[in-house]
Amino acid sequence: METSEISTNRARSPERARRFSDRLASGDTAANLIVFLAAASIVFITSWIVFELYRNSAASRHEFGWSFLTGSSWDPVNEHYGALPFIYGTIVTSALALLMAIPFGVGAAIFLAELAPPRISNALTFLIELLAAVPSVIYGLLGIFVLVPMLKSAEPAIRATLGFLPFFKGPFYGVSLLAAGFVLAVMIVPFIISISREVLLAVPADQREAALALGATKWESTWDIVVPFAGKGIVGSIFLALARSLGETMAVTMVIGNTPQISMSLFAPGYSIAAVIANEFAEASSEMLRSTLIELGMVLFALTFLINGFARILIITTSKKGNAT
Amino acid sequence: MENPIRVTSVTGTTPGSSALPRGAEAGSKGAGTAELKLRASNLNFFYGKFQALHDINLDIHENRVTAFIGPSGCGKSTFLRTLNRMHEMVRNTRVEGEVELDGQDIFGLEVSQLRRRVGMVFQKSNPFPKSIFDNVAYGLRVNGFAGGKPLHDAVESSLRRAALWEEVKDKLNDSAYSLSGGQQQRLCIARALAVNPEVLLLDEPCSALDPIATAKIEDLIFQLKDSCTLVIVTHNMQQAARVAEYTGFFLLGRLVEFDKTTTIFKNPAQKETEDYVTGRFG
Repeated sequence: METSEISTNRARSPERARRFSDRLASGDTAANLIVFLAAASIVFITSWIVFELYRNSAASRHEFGWSFLTGSSWDPVNEHYGALPFIYGTIVTSALALLMAIPFGVGAAIFLAELAPPRISNALTFLIELLAAVPSVIYGLLGIFVLVPMLKSAEPAIRATLGFLPFFKGPFYGVSLLAAGFVLAVMIVPFIISISREVLLAVPADQREAALALGATKWESTWDIVVPFAGKGIVGSIFLALARSLGETMAVTMVIGNTPQISMSLFAPGYSIAAVIANEFAEASSEMLRSTLIELGMVLFALTFLINGFARILIITTSKKGNAT
Repeated sequence: MENPIRVTSVTGTTPGSSALPRGAEAGSKGAGTAELKLRASNLNFFYGKFQALHDINLDIHENRVTAFIGPSGCGKSTFLRTLNRMHEMVRNTRVEGEVELDGQDIFGLEVSQLRRRVGMVFQKSNPFPKSIFDNVAYGLRVNGFAGGKPLHDAVESSLRRAALWEEVKDKLNDSAYSLSGGQQQRLCIARALAVNPEVLLLDEPCSALDPIATAKIEDLIFQLKDSCTLVIVTHNMQQAARVAEYTGFFLLGRLVEFDKTTTIFKNPAQKETEDYVTGRFG
């Protein structure tokens, strides 16, 4: 009797162990499957977006072909559309925004990460993250009612100092590529500051110590060692900011002037892809206009894709070079 | 200014002629300070309210290797980092007392100038993500060394002094991260040597290295003491016994004993020192 009890015990415990291991294995499989599906959904959603954009822009693509990208007419009466002024407006305003936001954002991030006492740094970072959460329509409103009048009053000064450049010629009504660039710059600076600061804070202390121990000053160690170490992350923050500015709709349409034209002058009004889609889709009664707007959406998608891809390549090649030289 | 409680009087032994009683030195400064490089007097160190060092008095002699041993958290690294004011990286630290380099108060010196004269090598090798050449050249460039042949020569001689030249001379433009752990640490030594420091502080430089790499660094320390003064913090008592002329034993933020290495290991005056070096605790 005793022996049989032992034998059942013996028989039960490996069985229990096996069931436990089965459970472990099947649990792992299920968990693996769930996280795999989560990752796969990204690929699926992206391809689906591309597919739908492609499918719904069929009419426009058939009508205009590749010349859609180079055409600059916007003629709803004859239903003849070209994307170039919108591409131009999108790129110019974003470039302008980056030009203003990068030195400001990276500079502020260096101050917050390296120089400011932690308490001040944390308080300011909280404010900056609030700034990133302000709805874009509010930036647009402030653009119209504050920035545009300010630019108008600053116009004579700009003409006097920079008027010799082709970028500051022609009449100035306030709403312009310049105003859109300014508003975008204000909107993307928080992204650059917040992410760059995190990246700078993540630079190992031993890198700073190594530079300081060689007799480098605080600024030399920051600029020569810490900032390059964080370089990749800082560039990443800039490209995230760029992605946001390329797609920004509301604030831009409120201050850019919504005029489909290509002008060298930043004083001139312009138009961006996102702005024209937002403005026109409600009245897009004709099949052709709707299809054209969707194709514009596809162009914006491609533009973002190209710029991000370019950024990736840039980061990979510069980091390789950084190791080699 | 005079401080009667010198470490030598605490230990009750006078380790040779180099560690003169303080009164004698103050009287004949020229002769007495010739061998004295660094002197800490009544040094107290605080992290916020916590006192990490208690009244440290210690002389470090020129062209000698001085080692600090003691259990973790005893303050030996803190003391080392005070010698080139590296502790100022950490917020809420406070130092009382004096440290003199060649008779000058280090807290009165310009900090980057001090650190150029008192270099440091860290526990974990920390090369910059640059080429081998640029790692060594960085300190030179920061100190106003222009490029060209003189820079190249200075880099070469630093790598030679760190016994690394033969291993890297054909790949100076490779990333420093391509080197092995021991080579990286010697690169960090070369980088520190490039600016010709008078004193080199080594904070457990071998703790992450295998025995062969450790032996190479110890050989290097031996060669370097002809040209500079070395101070090494180590967990490894045998290492202190092998490389150092003088050894200090720290315990709970106090310098229990400081003497010639042979005395510390063979005939320590304090019971705690004896217990530690014979492996009874720590």
